Amino acid sequence: MNGVITNPEKGSSVHMLLPPKGGWVGVSHVCPPTGGTCSFKAANTATTILKFIDIILRLSSQGKMESRVVFETHLNLKATELRLGLPGTQENEDKTAHSYAVVRNNKRPERETSEDSVSISKASLDQQHVHAVAAPQLKAEIVGWPPIRSYRKNSVQEGEGDGIYVKVSMDGAPYLRKIDLKVYRGYPELLKALETMFKLTIGEYSEREGYKGSEYAPTYEDKDGDWMLVGDVPWDMFMTCCKRLRIMKGSEARGLGCGV
Amino acid sequence: MENPNAKAQRHRQLRSNNIDPIKQMRENHPSTNSEDDQRSSLLDLARAEITESSNSKTRTYGGFPDPGSGSGPSEPQAPFPDQVLENVLENVLHFLSSRRDRNAASLVCRSWYRAEALTRSELFIGNCYALSPTRATTRFTRIKSVTVKGKPRFADFDLMPPDWGAHFTPWASALAQAYPWLEKLHLKRMIVTDADLTLLADSFPDFRELVLVCCDGFGTPGLGAVAAKCRYRSHLYSSNKLLLLRVLELVESVVEAVGDEEVDWISCFPDSQTNMESLVFDCIECPINFEALDSLVARSPRLKKLRLNQFVSMAQLHRLLLRAPQLTHLGTGSFSANDPGGVGELVQDYTTAFEACRSLVCLSGFREIWADYLPTIYPVCANLTSLNLSYADVNAHQLKPVIRHCHKLQIFWVLDSICDEGLQAVAATCKDLRELRVFPVDAREGTEGPVSEVGFEAISQGCRKLESILYFCQRMTNAAVVAMSKNCPDLVVFRLCIIGRYRPDPVTQEPMDEGFGAIVMNCKKLTRLAVSGLLTDRAFEYIGRYGKLVRTLSVAFAGDTDMGLKYVLEGCPNLQKLEIRDSPFGDGALRSGLHHYYNMRFLWMSTCKLTRQACQEVAQALPNLVLEVINNSEENAGDDIEVLYMYRSLDGPRDDAPIFVNILH
Repeated sequence: MNGVITNPEKGSSVHMLLPPKGGWVGVSHVCPPTGGTCSFKAANTATTILKFIDIILRLSSQGKMESRVVFETHLNLKATELRLGLPGTQENEDKTAHSYAVVRNNKRPERETSEDSVSISKASLDQQHVHAVAAPQLKAEIVGWPPIRSYRKNSVQEGEGDGIYVKVSMDGAPYLRKIDLKVYRGYPELLKALETMFKLTIGEYSEREGYKGSEYAPTYEDKDGDWMLVGDVPWDMFMTCCKRLRIMKGSEARGLGCGV
Repeated sequence: MENPNAKAQRHRQLRSNNIDPIKQMRENHPSTNSEDDQRSSLLDLARAEITESSNSKTRTYGGFPDPGSGSGPSEPQAPFPDQVLENVLENVLHFLSSRRDRNAASLVCRSWYRAEALTRSELFIGNCYALSPTRATTRFTRIKSVTVKGKPRFADFDLMPPDWGAHFTPWASALAQAYPWLEKLHLKRMIVTDADLTLLADSFPDFRELVLVCCDGFGTPGLGAVAAKCRYRSHLYSSNKLLLLRVLELVESVVEAVGDEEVDWISCFPDSQTNMESLVFDCIECPINFEALDSLVARSPRLKKLRLNQFVSMAQLHRLLLRAPQLTHLGTGSFSANDPGGVGELVQDYTTAFEACRSLVCLSGFREIWADYLPTIYPVCANLTSLNLSYADVNAHQLKPVIRHCHKLQIFWVLDSICDEGLQAVAATCKDLRELRVFPVDAREGTEGPVSEVGFEAISQGCRKLESILYFCQRMTNAAVVAMSKNCPDLVVFRLCIIGRYRPDPVTQEPMDEGFGAIVMNCKKLTRLAVSGLLTDRAFEYIGRYGKLVRTLSVAFAGDTDMGLKYVLEGCPNLQKLEIRDSPFGDGALRSGLHHYYNMRFLWMSTCKLTRQACQEVAQALPNLVLEVINNSEENAGDDIEVLYMYRSLDGPRDDAPIFVNILH
């Protein structure tokens, strides 16, 4: 498909070329010279559209064009689907980059007169934007970006995709473990997993007396740095505020029972 | 183990038996690949061509008389009575330590070439595939220290399949044969096997220093071999057996526990006193035998550098500190407790232990940091020149009491969890700061980052002596970057990574061209640059125009047209390493660098706009260039290339390339 911006007054136009299936194209020229024609391309479909919008906005704000945006052929929405992945990848990611374009769209004065095509593109972007706002952060699928060694990524906690990773230590055990809280649907599952992992029994939870029946008590450090007994707060709240887990042993464990 | 006399004798013998220099020249011995070679390598290549192509006797090249031993009958004997001069030359050249100087000296004439080759003791190979090991060992016969680098840096970010290459094994055997007196070995981004390490341990009786940076392929068995065998030089008149090994450093290398094959390598060190000065193993992902370590530290009076892995707890660290208060560099291991209770009392003990370490200047580790323990390091802060908190999720509140004392700090690595506020605290105290690295806790795009142009600008205001910066952020303005370019004119390394791709200046909506332009314009000493954010060709125009000293350039998701890359290739005469990903540079740009590629260590271009045909043309135009085309995906993209990795080579394409690597020639 082609996109063409024409500036009737100055006689210049900007073509946007999109290969039919999406793919790699290059950017050649940003601002059309007066009276000239130039084409620009971008690294991929999504970037093309971002650049396209950017150019329109810049040109219009610089007074270089009255501009109408005309799409020469049928608007293939699938082709304009904004994806910032390598061609062929299906991941729908990084919508926030698109929201950038939309934000700028809103701020800048526009002089485009043609309603149809621009509004189609804007509408689709707006939809994307809404979508971006509604959806939580989507994990990046770009290989090797940002350029941090996986060694460093693994060593530092948090942020591995969608998981909520917390460290688990047990008194007397030499090493820490890491678990993903998202994997568990509730406390029973979590406790079961801990029992299996550390080969111990944790016992029954009761609000008043904490964990009965064993010398271990699972505790966690919350966002305020306080140590709480696992199970005191609703599971969802626990998931968001738990920073790390510690399985306490012995007298200290028993001391936590009384609603502290 | 041979006695010193035998060794000296062997040295003398080698020298007199030295291969005829003229023959050597004829047999095409261009210089080995060293860093920052500039013109020297090109000239050497040219000379090699000349000597190779002329099949008859080459009279003296450049008109200088040829010294020393006779040669084939076709060679006219140039009388050279001045053996004294040759000796003087060698003695003088001994003082040259810089690679660059030596490379230059070797080009003066043939006698200098030969003398330099005889007196070089440190061999640096910047790209293991730039030449064969034999070529290196034939030219340089008296090497005591070897550095070899393998994979290009982008391999760290999974942009290259893991079995691409950079195997140390062929080098190991060549070195074992050629330099039995080898003392030091530094490897970076190479694949080193346990067998290689065992060969090292067996082959080099004088071995004293092993440093492996970003290497993999080995495990604890190899380490055990090194610990066990790099030793036992029996003193002539006593039965004392000394461990000669002084330095064993594993830096960011992958050493994982592999099931049953795990070896308690710490216990492999001999029981006697050791000469160990540096033991660095913070990257080892398996537990170690603490008792053995404790005992090793106790019998290593010269130990200055000790970096522990995360399987060493605070309590254990405490014990080690009591053993070795003379340490200058310490990696603290986990810096957290596994045992319950009594945290308050122990903090005092730990603080006392740190207090006793009066020589401590470099602290790192903090792998599982227990923030309560941070106060224990207060006593050493005032002396610290280097502090690495980049594995510690520490907030501004926790950082401030520490950093407040660090007046002498020159190197600071940290996570962005300290926020702009933490950076402001750093800027307020660390007036001597030279190197800053800020890593992201959450590396995903589109998140709200804790550091921004605010912290960045604070640093530029407060740390005027800054020379090197690596800064990850989600948000940066041109103004802040321009400010840093003016406040910190001593910048040599500037690496800014705005995590969200194609991000413009959030305030002006402009591309980041002007910021990076100011950096290359104002920082006249800049040699390394990494760019990010929304960038047009203009940024590259600036780099090409002002970045005359730039040697390393990293580009990702930037630029508009071929012009961008052209500006750089045509404008930056010192460019050595160019790594580009996901940028719209194509064949025209590639062709514009033909005049320069022989001067470069390598060119990396992935997911750009190159076609196979253009690469083929380059391969044909420059015969000593190796062009590796790597396709990561299953389907062949046809004419389009995914990855081009290109480098000069004196011995043609390598023979260990895996299937997915296509070498064009």
